[in-house]
Amino acid sequence: MSVLTTPAGIAADAADVLRRRPGADIAGAVFRWLLIGATVFATGFLGVLLAVMIVDGWDVLSGNLWYFLTNGFSQRSAAESGVSQGIIGSLQVALVTGVFAVPIGVATAIYLVEYAQDSRFARIVELNIRNLAGVPSIVYGLLGLAVFVQTIDRFTKGASVIAGGMTLAALVLPIIVITSVEALKAVPDSLREAAYGVGATKWEVLSRQVLPAALSTILTGTVLALARALGEAAPLILVGAATGFLSFGDANMFETFTGPYTALPVQIFNFARLPGADWGVNAAAASVVILVLVLAVNGLAIYLRNRFEKQW
Amino acid sequence: MSQEPEASASDVTVPDALAPKDQSRARIDVSAVAAMAPQRVETSTVFECADVDVYYTDFRALRDVTLDVNSHEVTALIGPSGCGKTTFLRCFNRMNDLIEGARVEGTINYHGVDLYQDEVDPVEVRRRVGMVFQKPNPFPKSIYDNVAYGPRLAGVKRSEIDDVVEGSLTRAALWDEVKDRLKMSAYGLSGGQQQRLCIARAIAVQPDVVLMDEPCSALDPIATGRIEELIAELKTDYTIIIVTHNMQQAARISDMTAFFSVQANEMGQRTGELVEYAPTSLIFTNPDDPRTEAYITGRVG
Repeated sequence: MSVLTTPAGIAADAADVLRRRPGADIAGAVFRWLLIGATVFATGFLGVLLAVMIVDGWDVLSGNLWYFLTNGFSQRSAAESGVSQGIIGSLQVALVTGVFAVPIGVATAIYLVEYAQDSRFARIVELNIRNLAGVPSIVYGLLGLAVFVQTIDRFTKGASVIAGGMTLAALVLPIIVITSVEALKAVPDSLREAAYGVGATKWEVLSRQVLPAALSTILTGTVLALARALGEAAPLILVGAATGFLSFGDANMFETFTGPYTALPVQIFNFARLPGADWGVNAAAASVVILVLVLAVNGLAIYLRNRFEKQW
Repeated sequence: MSQEPEASASDVTVPDALAPKDQSRARIDVSAVAAMAPQRVETSTVFECADVDVYYTDFRALRDVTLDVNSHEVTALIGPSGCGKTTFLRCFNRMNDLIEGARVEGTINYHGVDLYQDEVDPVEVRRRVGMVFQKPNPFPKSIYDNVAYGPRLAGVKRSEIDDVVEGSLTRAALWDEVKDRLKMSAYGLSGGQQQRLCIARAIAVQPDVVLMDEPCSALDPIATGRIEELIAELKTDYTIIIVTHNMQQAARISDMTAFFSVQANEMGQRTGELVEYAPTSLIFTNPDDPRTEAYITGRVG
């Protein structure tokens, strides 16, 4: 360490002191490479997973993809089986999930942030909701079986699409509440004050300023939550999707909501359980299908976000 | 929202205006409030504050403030940081209601009506007593919609909104700069323009009083100069109460000045209090209190 004494001394040292010393920041460099390594591992893992699925399912994906997508399950052979029931069932379940989870979740978030504010009650509720988000999905399956399938079977008609959708709604509700709470908290108070300042009521502040400002984030979180619901198998197996095979018969679209059903992840599970390599091919191909489906839903989320995030 | 035609924002009769105007907001009998209020015309006092204390939960932020605010004057609130001048300002339009745990004691009469009695609707108070904030905070909307927001809430007819917007922007000395881009984002304006937009937004609902909370603290000297000119013009129509850290500004634009100071109690809680309230010319030339003199001469922060 040089001691700064005279101007002449400072000038004489300057070139030496300021020179870049190789290896001075080894910790920083190591950290950077660790981060790069972690990123490569994570994406590489996903890449391998995707590649394995595509390779394993290639016979179906390349040969008779259309048949696979448009035909139902057949017990006779893997080649005659398709996933159409699963796709329709999954979409129906996701629809019901959205109908139940989105309004309740967003309303809960609005109450917690805008009305209960920082009260003890709100903090306790919020903490519990955050914990609920970590509860294993199979537990929600048990809840769905006990409540939605058995207790309120007059409404759900037992193990139906509605019961399945409500079960997944309970599963994703905490996620929707949490993301909506964060979205509302991110709206600056200056915006609320500005609106109150010109004589807006609480309802007017909420409906015309705060909600529009938070909408894009809420939408994104909601759609991502629904994407998660699309991929769930465990709770659905408990509430009837395992046994049900969607058959339209002469039922109209509305009646199918109260009938037996299956969902894509459950079908994958069923394919994978059956003996024989050809069923395995089906499982892999169905996995690719659900991945594409989830990707499409996430794409929708990004589109919606960009659409509504019209930055003024 | 349906409203009686005569209840439009252009109808500036105080104080029964404090009563809710439409049924959805009706919490009190309009005539009751009108009966409580003396005639307005003769008096030049807008606010009478007596022994005002403000608490945040158990913490007393401000104590024993007693002062009167005159109409069509600029009243400046000055003092060191943490002395409660912004807290006090936010009492006048019940903005402190929005803060959890905030409580106002004492009385603040607005044209003879106690603002903090249960029967007064804070929403109506804020229509009469507008506010401009420290940081320009336009809505994430177009310039036009920013100004039109308040009048629309107040039920001004669609056909009249255009005129209100133009009038307000003109009054805020912004019209010429934005008339060709009314439909564009308010965020595209400079900081000074945004603040003038916020002033236009505040006066668009034709308030009686405009509160300003350090409106120039985020602006450069040129933009500050324009806002100050604007304030001087606006006081012909409005009563203005302004918080400022800039003592030259207080000296330039205000008629009355209130100097606040802060005292810590034995528990280290800092409570603000009013030290001196007098005509600005007196405060800056011949203050009564040594603390005022020390502050304005820059010897004490």
